[in-house]
Amino acid sequence: MSFCILGTGSALPSRIITNDDLSQMVDTSDEWIRTRTGITERRVCTTETITDLAFQAAQKALADSGSSADELDLIICATISADYATPSMACTLQMQLGATCPAFDLNAACTGFIYALDVAAGYFSRRPDQKILVVAAEAMSRLVDWQDRGTCVLFGDGAGAAVLGKGEDLLAIQIGAKGNITSLYAPNGWGNSPFRSETMAKSYLHMDGQEVFRFAVTSMVQTVEQVLAEANLTKEDIAYLIPHQANIRILDSAVNRLNLPQEKCLTNIAKRGNTSAACVAILLDEANQTGKFKKGDLLAMTAFGGGLTTGACILRWSK
Amino acid sequence: MSTFEKVVEILVEAKDLEAGNITETSTWDDLGLDSLDTVELVMSVEDAFGVSLEMDETMQTVGDVVKAIEALK
Repeated sequence: MSFCILGTGSALPSRIITNDDLSQMVDTSDEWIRTRTGITERRVCTTETITDLAFQAAQKALADSGSSADELDLIICATISADYATPSMACTLQMQLGATCPAFDLNAACTGFIYALDVAAGYFSRRPDQKILVVAAEAMSRLVDWQDRGTCVLFGDGAGAAVLGKGEDLLAIQIGAKGNITSLYAPNGWGNSPFRSETMAKSYLHMDGQEVFRFAVTSMVQTVEQVLAEANLTKEDIAYLIPHQANIRILDSAVNRLNLPQEKCLTNIAKRGNTSAACVAILLDEANQTGKFKKGDLLAMTAFGGGLTTGACILRWSK
Repeated sequence: MSTFEKVVEILVEAKDLEAGNITETSTWDDLGLDSLDTVELVMSVEDAFGVSLEMDETMQTVGDVVKAIEALK
């Protein structure tokens, strides 16, 4: 019914954009961005594509897990900003990795990694002995309006990956959705269809910051409490909270309401910004690579995002 | 406890403010609160009073929030 994490990986673009860089482009300041968001810099794709980053993250995760691509039984990519509408990012990766398994993308915006873990858990319940590669990769720089100071300062690009294998470490997982097309959305373009009469909103990401703030804090608190209850645990049992990195103020507020010690909440938003679905996957890998986790540690992950979607899970670290 | 006292208690608890510095005429600026702080305040007020509030431009002071809560109670 469950799985374990065999290995993780992540990859970032080389170009760093600081708050001062953004102050040259839109009417904002380092002080405003830092106090409102906790972000000091973010990575943005220049010559590399998001498929390149997904590939690098996947290769690192495979190496960390001691697996080869031909052992994979499934590839799931969580993304809303892939290079192609078709083929999927997962199929492109399958080709690049030299894997032969089925591969598909999944769209749950910033909750994508946790949705993908839930989907993977379904496949493991059908056949416990297999290996699944989950990759969350986003080029948010493709979606944001670089003239909108309210959104372009928040996001970054990056990819995170995990190889899942036979095990019993997923102790609880919940995903949810509350359909909404006004709080957080990014319309697709219409191409050059001569038959389309209405013009859509610009295909940039739009966000009602205050509305999303409320949704984020409420849903993070609720989903973490739900998965703790489902796993028959209390918050004292949790070694680390690995939350979606949307805004340090959201994290502070949620951690405060959950009554968790601040040091249990992992964050990398200062240097990474919000990389949508990739946030939780990158944060997980960075903590793994720096040796933060001990065998047996219980990790709580939680995310929320466009959809509106929510998700949370409790994972035992057994690497 | 009056509605005002309860709102002060919420502000002190959430934002580390000195109760003595908060009056009904205190603006968010006076208290050093930005827009996200006021969203958080509204959320805490909703939890504490069991009401549903919309933060808008008419709510500029602590007294404005107190009045909005009392109108809904």
